[in-house]
Amino acid sequence: MRNKKIVDYAKFGYLFSIPFILSFCIFTLYPVIYTFVIGFTNLKGAGNTEWQFLPSVGKNLFQNFIDVLTSKTFHKAFRNTWIIWIINFIPQLGFALLFTAWFTDKRTKVKGTGLFKILFYMPNIITAATMAILFNKLFGYPKGAINDIIILLNPAKGAYNFNAHEWPVKLIIAFVQFFQWYGNTMVYLIAGVIGISPEVFEAAEIDGANRVQTFFKITIPCIRQIMLFTLVTSLIGGLNMFDIPQLYIGTDANNAGLTTNMYIRNQAFSGSYMYNRSAAASVILFIIIVALSSILFYILRDKDEAKLKKLKKQELRAAKKGF
Amino acid sequence: MSDNTVKMSSIRRNEIILKVVIYIVSIIFSIMTLFPFVIMFANSFKSTVEVQQSTLSLWSAHPFANLAKNWHVINSKDFHPFTGLLNSFIISTCSTILNVYFSSLTAYAITAYEWKLRDVFSGMIIAVMMIPTTVTTIGFYQMVYKLGLTNNLSMLIIPSIAAPMTVFFMRQYLQANLAMEIVQSARIDGAGEFRIFNQIVVPLMKPAIATQAIFAYVGSWNNLFMPLILLTDKTKKTLPVMVSLLNGDIYKTEYGAIYLGLFITVLPLIVVYAFLSKYIVEGVALGGVKS
Repeated sequence: MRNKKIVDYAKFGYLFSIPFILSFCIFTLYPVIYTFVIGFTNLKGAGNTEWQFLPSVGKNLFQNFIDVLTSKTFHKAFRNTWIIWIINFIPQLGFALLFTAWFTDKRTKVKGTGLFKILFYMPNIITAATMAILFNKLFGYPKGAINDIIILLNPAKGAYNFNAHEWPVKLIIAFVQFFQWYGNTMVYLIAGVIGISPEVFEAAEIDGANRVQTFFKITIPCIRQIMLFTLVTSLIGGLNMFDIPQLYIGTDANNAGLTTNMYIRNQAFSGSYMYNRSAAASVILFIIIVALSSILFYILRDKDEAKLKKLKKQELRAAKKGF
Repeated sequence: MSDNTVKMSSIRRNEIILKVVIYIVSIIFSIMTLFPFVIMFANSFKSTVEVQQSTLSLWSAHPFANLAKNWHVINSKDFHPFTGLLNSFIISTCSTILNVYFSSLTAYAITAYEWKLRDVFSGMIIAVMMIPTTVTTIGFYQMVYKLGLTNNLSMLIIPSIAAPMTVFFMRQYLQANLAMEIVQSARIDGAGEFRIFNQIVVPLMKPAIATQAIFAYVGSWNNLFMPLILLTDKTKKTLPVMVSLLNGDIYKTEYGAIYLGLFITVLPLIVVYAFLSKYIVEGVALGGVKS
């Protein structure tokens, strides 16, 4: 009786999913396929929409991909993206863990954690574009807040041109990224620690575990899942980094801050408007991201839940056979 | 006995030292967080000459005259704060409404009904979350360009109907909070399925909708990549696109005006954050635990 009723309502499941599916097909799926196709064509030139597949104009089908993969600029952009992400992520996770340990410690009872949490999270909601330009002005040369401080502390030393050297540029971009995200990571981790049963901590305290032992032996293993989750989201965000490096430095300082996403945009919307090469580069980035996230999701997956699902399926199959 | 008291007092001393260290580091980070914004705020009230003398001083001889002049400088070039605010407001508001409403509807379709392709569909939504915007860019741009809609704001609004991330969170929320008995009894009372969703399920989802709406709004407001590519018409630019002009040559020597321009874009966010920070921080935590 009840089963029959559910079957009756099935059509509403389809009906209510239609807006999502339609919008997804038009604005995501079709553009993705179109991008893949363009990667194999000769489409370039501002405002051009006419194209032929490369073999029909006497070229290798994979020429765009070969061009991208052998381009020194692309290599540099790819390397930069990873370097900037790593220098931002290690301290981001480190400080987030440190503050999590401090703010959730029941024995120390730090006051004002609510206020610190709100303050540390704030940069996360500010427009990344604005943050990038603001930091560009702070690290300005010859006048800028940081150079003003340097001169104030040591008048003999002149102003330093941060934005003309490769490593300072990378470090500052990574810092802005860190600045915007450590609070977010911290809030995630604190939520994870609050979710751990207090009895576990009490037991550890009775057994005479000190603060450091408790943190490394109990807290960290318990929030491992959440740490992996922040790793995945941060990695995907990091590989797509655009706003901060684009507005902080653009292609200045010998492409010190050039990321793959900036490369993709610059190929298509500046210079000779090579939509085809840009499409090929974005397909390459897409493949890398999908491969990496699949690996990480595989590690992340809830092993118990996966086992349970498998068992359920087997039971269902057995039941079917039985009938 | 006295040995024990010495030990106890040394533990207490360590506790106090730790506490002091925690407060010092936290306060240093608080200062680090506020420093850029304080500098930005102070320099919005300065003339170019004053900024050149020192960006650090929080004092200006004629703060309000300078503010008026900086405001005038900004408006005399391509940065039009009110146009940018209006465009950003239209895009963010409309896309947030579409985002949360249709995500709730899709999540409800997955949770409340049993249909053949349901598991395939909800599995796909998770897979689709991984697609980076970049890989849609060229195809999307070509499509929009062919349709002649490059400067049409709707092209930045309508795509938010399909927001896999929001659907994912809404589904988590519904699975925990939707009692099918309520839906069943409404059916017995003769309510249609669509009406049940609008009048019973949506009010039930208010907390999840509020949280997701805040993040959708902030995300849309801060978006730069797509608007930068699509919006070339001066009157259609959003605030982040206009902010990118501040780094260009046209404002090169107008230091005070640049800081004011930055300040204008930050102000609405700070005001919103001042009122909603508690919910925002709690909302982040909620998403983290559940995922």
